[in-house]
Amino acid sequence: MKENSVPKILRMNPKIFLIWIFMISISMIFVSLISAYIVKKGEPGGFNVDLPSMFYYSTIVVILSSIFKQLSYFSTKKDDFKTQKLYLLGSFITGALFLLFQYYGWVQLVEGGVFFVGHPDGSFIYILSGVHAFHLISGLIFILYIYNSAIKLNVHSKNLLSIEMSTTYWHFLAGMWVYLFITLYFYNI
Amino acid sequence: MEITKTSTKPKVQEHDHHDDHHDQSFITKYIFSEDHKMIAKQFLITGIFWAIVGGAMSSLFRIQLGFPDMDLTALSPIIGNWLTPQGKIDPEVYLALITMHGTIMVFFVLTAGLSGTFSNFLIPLQIGARDMASGFMNMLSYWFFFLSSIVMFVSIFVEGGPASGGWTIYPPLSALPQAVSGSGMGMTLWLVSMALFIVSALLGSLNYITTVINLRTEGMTFFRMPLTIWAFLVTAILGVLSFPVLLSAALLLIMDRSFGTSFYLSDIYIAGEALSNQGGSAILFQHLFWFLGHPEVYIVILPSLGITSEIIATCSRKPIFGYRAMVYSIFGIGVLSFVVWAHHMFISGMNPFLGSVFTILTLIIAVPSAVKAFNYIATLWRGNIVFTPAMLFSIGLVSFFISGGLTGLFLGNSVVDINLHDTYFVVAHFHIVMGSASFFGLFAGVYHWFPKMFGRMMNRTLGYFHFWVTFIGAYLVFFPLHYIGIAGFPRRYYSFTNFETGRIESFIDLNTFVSFAAIITFIAQFVFLFNFFYSMYRGRKAPKNPWNSNTIEWTTPREPGHGNWPGAIPKVERWPYDYSKPGSDKDYIPQHIPLSKTPESNMPEDSSR
Repeated sequence: MKENSVPKILRMNPKIFLIWIFMISISMIFVSLISAYIVKKGEPGGFNVDLPSMFYYSTIVVILSSIFKQLSYFSTKKDDFKTQKLYLLGSFITGALFLLFQYYGWVQLVEGGVFFVGHPDGSFIYILSGVHAFHLISGLIFILYIYNSAIKLNVHSKNLLSIEMSTTYWHFLAGMWVYLFITLYFYNI
Repeated sequence: MEITKTSTKPKVQEHDHHDDHHDQSFITKYIFSEDHKMIAKQFLITGIFWAIVGGAMSSLFRIQLGFPDMDLTALSPIIGNWLTPQGKIDPEVYLALITMHGTIMVFFVLTAGLSGTFSNFLIPLQIGARDMASGFMNMLSYWFFFLSSIVMFVSIFVEGGPASGGWTIYPPLSALPQAVSGSGMGMTLWLVSMALFIVSALLGSLNYITTVINLRTEGMTFFRMPLTIWAFLVTAILGVLSFPVLLSAALLLIMDRSFGTSFYLSDIYIAGEALSNQGGSAILFQHLFWFLGHPEVYIVILPSLGITSEIIATCSRKPIFGYRAMVYSIFGIGVLSFVVWAHHMFISGMNPFLGSVFTILTLIIAVPSAVKAFNYIATLWRGNIVFTPAMLFSIGLVSFFISGGLTGLFLGNSVVDINLHDTYFVVAHFHIVMGSASFFGLFAGVYHWFPKMFGRMMNRTLGYFHFWVTFIGAYLVFFPLHYIGIAGFPRRYYSFTNFETGRIESFIDLNTFVSFAAIITFIAQFVFLFNFFYSMYRGRKAPKNPWNSNTIEWTTPREPGHGNWPGAIPKVERWPYDYSKPGSDKDYIPQHIPLSKTPESNMPEDSSR
């Protein structure tokens, strides 16, 4: 190395970095709950739950929402503001639909005799989907915020940061549900 | 993937407008400040407040343990109905006191007060950043902590008293209000307070990590960072990974307490009546709790170790011995801290095979810990030692880290732990290795960086007095506890004199001695407090670089304003430990001096540092 050369520093946008650590942190909540659940399922005296059919639909809806979000990001990159807002709205509506489906999933669970209060094998399903829904609401608020800036034409190909962050977060939440759903599915057959 | 995207714009210049002077109102400067230095001071002052509360509580229950027959009616104006009619501390209040003492010291003083203060204060200054990655989040972090403090403080005064199930709040004791009066409202407030605390800790940690990774000044490569920054970085990583787990544990406990679920409860009979809860497991809580709880003890000690590394190198006028080994040890400790949690649960009925796995993993931690201890001693060896109060406290930390760490070998062993579990031996171990050692790191940091925080020097003589009383006092308090523990005294018991075995009574004088030492040590801390607040206003004005230190925080003005450096941020040209370099006429070469200016002392290996 030459004497006055100064080594380059690794840098990425701090806000993007923040959202990634934030997601790691949230993952730890789910990882701890899921491992508690898995240990619980391994103990004698438990029971398997018939997952509500609504959970299947909500899984499809949340993946759809994720796709809309990505399309909106692509439109933003191309400065196509009409489709950008349309897809954004699509992802919001499917996201809200997901919450509704989760709620009806709980209703189905109750109808099937699996209550929040009772054996932990049932309670865990409520806790896992509930904590996830709670985070999904924060993602929805984020989308609303982006939509609001999009109306003011503040989200465009030169200003991708906020939509990039919210898209990453939204994919994460969708992926987290798919992971929770698959885990719940395989531990209840 | 977004994570690999790097921006080519030099971020340093972007922040240059910060050095423009703009007047701030009282509220934005002192209360809702987004400046990392002010937030650090807020954390420090709040931490000091909590340390006084926690210390006073320990004095109270030490009176009960050391002088069980003492009439405390004279204290009733202060502690009111916490006394029995005979003038003794009420047994349930005693449990509440030890619970609060533990919670306050571990979380509010040694996590928020230590990490909050020094990570906030030193990270931007030592890596050459204008401020934290997000000043707003940093401010939120403090105010969540403040809110959490208020809730915890209020819980001390509610009807039924604060949480009393021990700082580990094991269910079913903490889950059932019938168990102890503190498990009612007090426990609810404890959980609310801790939830807020976790939010605060996470906001802080996210910021620390992002700042260290992304906002370093030009030339500040990872291996040119001072060891303080390494320690804060790993501490923050541990926090981000472990505090969410405590949140899950607390969430399930809240559900059990308030909504009637059975995550932790099963087969419980109260007064012959069976509770309806079935299928839960109290051990699940222990697993979740200690998955946070064990990294937490490293969250507490690592910042202190980082601070000490910096101070010992500076005040020995020698490069730190084995810089890279120190970095790898910090990482080693960090990684291992996640795979040893079950050593807190050896007697919970776990599989003995699992016990030996956790024993081995636990004992492996001795390796990086010993590397660090040896490196401290090797740095001191034949150094040109300057005994500032900060240096004395750092050496004190090394002493505690070794003597407390050695007893960890016994406790980490699942076989020996059967005998020692939940005795005063455990209390002695963690009060020395994690309590006293971390406190000494905190004191060392305050004495060392006080000139940078407030632009004035602390009084040395009072510092020496504070050190010697605290150092000797801490050993006198905690060393005898080992013997009390080996003799079989369980921790958290209100009284030992009612067993009438003859054996236990023979230790009462030792307990009296410990209580005496504890109260004197506690009172001595007020010397520090006086020194702290007096020097803040009346201390001698500090020179720019009072300890002739290499790190770049000493290139800022005496009282750095918002943005830290009035002009451009200095470029970093070398590692931070060029002390007493052969050939150089001064015994230190600060980090911003380029190699081209010191041809007389350059070494062939310098170009790779």
